[in-house]
Amino acid sequence: MPSTPDLLDRRLVFVTGKGGVGKTSVAAALALLASRRGKRTLVCEVDAKGNLADFFEAPPNTFEPQELSGGLYAMAMDTEESLKEYLRLQLKVPLLARIGPLARSLDFVANAAPGVKEILTVGKLCWEVRERHYDLVVVDAPASGHVVGQLAAPQAINELVKVGRVQDQTRWMVDLLSDPLTTAAVIVAAPEEMPVTETLELIGRIRTETTVRLAAVIVNKVLPELFGRGEEELFGRLRAPEAVSALAGAVGAPVSGVEPLLDAAQLAVTLRRTRTEHINRLRSEVPADVELLYVPYLFTRSHGVRATRNLAEALGAELGY
Amino acid sequence: MARFRREAPSESAGSLEQLLAAREIVISCGSGGVGKTTTAAAMAAMAAVHLGGTVLVLTVDPARRLANALGLERFGNVERRVPDDLFRAAGVEPRGELWAAMLDTKDSWDALVRTHAPDPATRDAILSNPLYQNITGKFVQSHDYIAMERLYEIHTSGRYDLIVVDTPPTRHAIDFLEAPERMADFFSSRLLRWLTTPYRSRLVNAASRPFYSIADRILGSQFLEDIAEFFILFQTMYDGFVERARAVERTLSERRTTFVVVSTLEEAPVREAEFFIRALSDRDLHLGALVLNKVLPGYFLDEAATAAAEELVRKADPVAATVAEQLAGEVVDPADLARVLREVAESFLNYRIIATREAEQRKELGVVPDVVAAAPFFETDIFDLAGLLRMGERIWR
Repeated sequence: MPSTPDLLDRRLVFVTGKGGVGKTSVAAALALLASRRGKRTLVCEVDAKGNLADFFEAPPNTFEPQELSGGLYAMAMDTEESLKEYLRLQLKVPLLARIGPLARSLDFVANAAPGVKEILTVGKLCWEVRERHYDLVVVDAPASGHVVGQLAAPQAINELVKVGRVQDQTRWMVDLLSDPLTTAAVIVAAPEEMPVTETLELIGRIRTETTVRLAAVIVNKVLPELFGRGEEELFGRLRAPEAVSALAGAVGAPVSGVEPLLDAAQLAVTLRRTRTEHINRLRSEVPADVELLYVPYLFTRSHGVRATRNLAEALGAELGY
Repeated sequence: MARFRREAPSESAGSLEQLLAAREIVISCGSGGVGKTTTAAAMAAMAAVHLGGTVLVLTVDPARRLANALGLERFGNVERRVPDDLFRAAGVEPRGELWAAMLDTKDSWDALVRTHAPDPATRDAILSNPLYQNITGKFVQSHDYIAMERLYEIHTSGRYDLIVVDTPPTRHAIDFLEAPERMADFFSSRLLRWLTTPYRSRLVNAASRPFYSIADRILGSQFLEDIAEFFILFQTMYDGFVERARAVERTLSERRTTFVVVSTLEEAPVREAEFFIRALSDRDLHLGALVLNKVLPGYFLDEAATAAAEELVRKADPVAATVAEQLAGEVVDPADLARVLREVAESFLNYRIIATREAEQRKELGVVPDVVAAAPFFETDIFDLAGLLRMGERIWR
């Protein structure tokens, strides 16, 4: 029935979203989920100062992929390494030492000239996909605004450079990125004002400025609903002073020990309500061909591999696995 | 209008109020999603209300609702005054003026080129060069430099007593700090000369020949020529640019500038805050304050409340039976009440896990500045000036 493949059946998935929404943890969880479903998976963090490794309680990632668990590999993007690899593979330049000064100046170009970092990043990812080193490459991509520049870089450079090797080299990248069966972008959003606003803006930008198919918006940190119908009214009655002292008496606690419970529940109800408005906004404004997935807020103590596993399970359930 | 209540910069300000009174530039940094923009706006609004003078909040990417909160149709590259009526509607009479502006990268670059281009022909050639348009429009790093450049320009205009700047998220904030230096390096680099030499003289010397043969193979000579043209044009602005970049860099390290790091007490933002605090210290930049945002209420750590919640989870049914009898009004089904009570207690314990984690994060924060302020988790979003001031009141003194 679905005309598009499942998210994890694609080959290259970019996970983006505003900072603080849990982009990296979702990328980690998606990769873990895919590897557990038998796919040889690479998860790549693009931001060198990122904390992807924390979500697996693994040592910091390097450019050279490390196996974290069965079929799950992690790497960190490093544009300098990516450039060296490119030179080695494409230009058959054997002795980098001999062109040391050149490598340094090229690195300098990479840092200073526009688009070079972006193309070295996307180029490496596309390369891994094209060479079929992995079944799936999950990218912990940069936050909102920056990801568009990256996804659009091959196209932009392809248009800018009229001839030469770069032209050929960007052509296949554009093809790979533009194929909806191969490549997808996913936006992670938290149900809060700014993340929702940015998500909606980003949807527009990905669709107009890049050729990458936006497959899904993952709404992260969805708070639980405390009370069902009628229960909230009952809760309201509990807040009357006589009820509070009755409750304190029955629990065997001082009134000052019971009041925070009720205050806390009120806070939880209000937070949930505020966030529901933002979720409703997403529902009504996200285009129909973009899937909306929901992941609950996980009240866990750790940020490590256990939390990632919980998130992977929640995502798996949402994806219907 | 009241004059700005200026205090001499001292090494130990006791509150945000004192810090802002002593400085001319306040740069708000932190990772994404911690409320950096809101905090910057709240600090600027509080300064306009309590310190007087003319205060500007310069933001990189505001929420539309925040723009509305400041009574602005939209932020623009031009500075706009926040109407006094909005302050009155929020129940305060500001001593000073609040202004707001947003960074428009493209416009700012264009303005910079207009300032530094030696003649109109060069100016127009640069502005219409496709590479220039790509640099300014699409790619990210130019953003960092231009933000600093614009801050410098506004500051030297002398129009404001205090400028509060909201920066891009921390991971890029380091780039942000280094942008002026990098820009200056770039323009003084040998690489630029290398790139531009052959297209000026057509005499490629032996030393750079390998570079061109490889660069040609990678990039194609047409592209190299485009780059060369662009850089030759840009080099005409060399002196102005480098001098400017150095001046921007100096402004950041002057005593009138301070940094305020904003963070929530979640693990990742705290790590980034620590990282940034270290980066500031390595560069001898002044860390003025740490603002902890969206902190859960302290009652989640209350021992009596926790004991009550645990008891309630265990004995929801008997407690419900007892309380149901004592509730005034309509008769209550004890089973319904038990469900509500269990939900209340479990929710408390759930949030307590988060509050405990926050407290641990707070304890683990290593180097902390003299001013540490905490703003609570507001139940609703901040969408108007009253909301900004409400948040401001919590962190001000």
